[in-house]
Amino acid sequence: MFVLGISAFYHDSAAALVRDGIVVAAAQEERFTRVKHDPGFPENAIAYCLAEAEVALDAVDLVVFYDKPFLKFERLLETYIAFAPRGFASFRHAMPLWLREKLFLKDFLCKRLTDAFGAFDWKSKLLFSEHHLSHAASAFYPSPFDEAAVLTMDGVGEWCTTSAAVGCGADLKIEKEIHFPHSLGLLYSAFTYYLGFKVNSGEYKVMGLAPYGRPKYADVILDNLIDLKADGSFRLNLQYFEYCTGLTMTGRKFDALFGGPPRRPGEPLDQRHMDLAASIQVVTEEAVLRLTRALAKDTGLSNLCLAGGVALNCVANGRVRRDGAFKSLWIQPAAGDAGGALGAAFAGYHLYSGQARPPRTGSDDMAGAYLGPEFSQDEIERRLAAAGAVFQVLSVEETVKETARSLSQGMAVGWFQGRMEFGPRALGARSILADPRPRDTQRKLNLKVKYRESFRPFAPSILAERAEEWFESGAASPYMLVVDWLRGDRRHSPGPESDGLKGIELLNCTRSDIPAVTHLDYSARLHTVQGEVNPLFHALLSEFERLTGCPTLVNTSFNIRGEPIVCTPEDAFRCLMGTELDLLVIGNCYVLKTEQTVAPNTDYRNSFELD
Amino acid sequence: MAFLFELWRFLKVRKKFWLLPVFVMLGLFGGLMVLAHGSAIAPFIYTLF
Repeated sequence: MFVLGISAFYHDSAAALVRDGIVVAAAQEERFTRVKHDPGFPENAIAYCLAEAEVALDAVDLVVFYDKPFLKFERLLETYIAFAPRGFASFRHAMPLWLREKLFLKDFLCKRLTDAFGAFDWKSKLLFSEHHLSHAASAFYPSPFDEAAVLTMDGVGEWCTTSAAVGCGADLKIEKEIHFPHSLGLLYSAFTYYLGFKVNSGEYKVMGLAPYGRPKYADVILDNLIDLKADGSFRLNLQYFEYCTGLTMTGRKFDALFGGPPRRPGEPLDQRHMDLAASIQVVTEEAVLRLTRALAKDTGLSNLCLAGGVALNCVANGRVRRDGAFKSLWIQPAAGDAGGALGAAFAGYHLYSGQARPPRTGSDDMAGAYLGPEFSQDEIERRLAAAGAVFQVLSVEETVKETARSLSQGMAVGWFQGRMEFGPRALGARSILADPRPRDTQRKLNLKVKYRESFRPFAPSILAERAEEWFESGAASPYMLVVDWLRGDRRHSPGPESDGLKGIELLNCTRSDIPAVTHLDYSARLHTVQGEVNPLFHALLSEFERLTGCPTLVNTSFNIRGEPIVCTPEDAFRCLMGTELDLLVIGNCYVLKTEQTVAPNTDYRNSFELD
Repeated sequence: MAFLFELWRFLKVRKKFWLLPVFVMLGLFGGLMVLAHGSAIAPFIYTLF
């Protein structure tokens, strides 16, 4: 039985195909269209999923959309009525779109599917799952647990912003919900907006900025903005927020509370901004901890699954794991709306069709999140040659050895291997890699390769079997969604060079054996690499360790600021020629920047809108 | 027609019949607003208001 899941028309459109309860393929539309967070109909992603499964269109039994448009429209109308006449500007913006397209989503989807894939009786096969049920399904069904509590947290779906569910076998039931406008995701997004970053995309920058500050405003937030209850629920004080009625997240009252207007994008970040980021991060962690503790108490279960945009907050996830209310934690790697496509497909398969879920075998069903397109060696060579690339073809062993040697010599390497990752993290299939030991690696990668803010931290990939030797817990983190803290014996005490420095200036001090991936608070967004999940990347890390004694590499997504992660060999080659990457390794092709005859693309960084 | 039937079922399941007049008004005014964008219906709007 084939079930196709679709998420679209908000942000991060995606498609996922499940065959007999197993994920065959999943991909985000942005990777194909090269438009970051593309919200459009995911025609390319659907086409890819069908091609990957080698199925004709009529072999798909169900198509499930990830949320319910009528219910969402009901929320919009009731909100506008509740706040009327305030909110008319927002109403005027939203209504034409809803009355033209979104309200008639069923017809619209049928038309787009028919236009793209031919006449077919889509109407009898098209279903709509609730937004948070889709998230919960994406967290529970592919997890390694037979039974688990499931917590989903995001901005807002239809009405729900936070849900607590219990999954058992093929059954998944939502037990409790917190409804709009009380939302942890929207609270975090309000600060994202106030700090001058883009809502729905810049939240991870706030998280990255937090360790530079002190949570000086945490009490102000807790006293004025959010009321955290003992049972894990919360209420927001709506006087301070504009998102119910306005076109911005915060307003004048919020500005007065925090001592000034929002930072404009591009303006310098000062200590106050960092303190605000630290404060909202601490409050979010506290709110998430209260939710998970209450859920553990209510359900008595020992396994927890997480999904929804807030579950991408890996610092909060790290605290949940360290807190120990649940024995085991599993987070959907595509925890944001893209993962809703996967959850919708699972919901269609298990909940609507009543199909059984096979007993778990100890590992999850996400195949390392490597669920996207891949290219054969022949195809890579053909495409690179057509793009004018000069390259050497090596054996697999030589590829690993030469790449590790280049990394140890300080090269920034574009690493493109196998199937593309599903979700926002690069996990060694579409990654930029570098040596984490030199002090200047972080600055060099941020400013010359990624063209992004210098404060942004990088994550380490480490051999799973070495994680305990370097990090405090060393627990498995295969999807880079949980922070761990560097062990004390790997840390360096701040030398005299750090005297008088604060905030971002502290980046210039060597704080550990691997400074490029050690944040100011010695935290790191860890990616543990297992040989059975990604043998080639594991071999590369092993070879790098043999050469240097360090089993860790800097691993950042293969893109520049504002660009979706590369999907094809052409995308990767363009990125090589448009940045100061030194080397590209695609399949067994070794593409050195210095050997290229094609002119570098000096305007590459301007071809993407800043995120 | 199928849309109206589905909308009716939605209101019934959600017990939100009070939204019906809102939908009707939106259908009338919103429909005109949407269609008015450069379409042939624009002259009628000027006539009506």
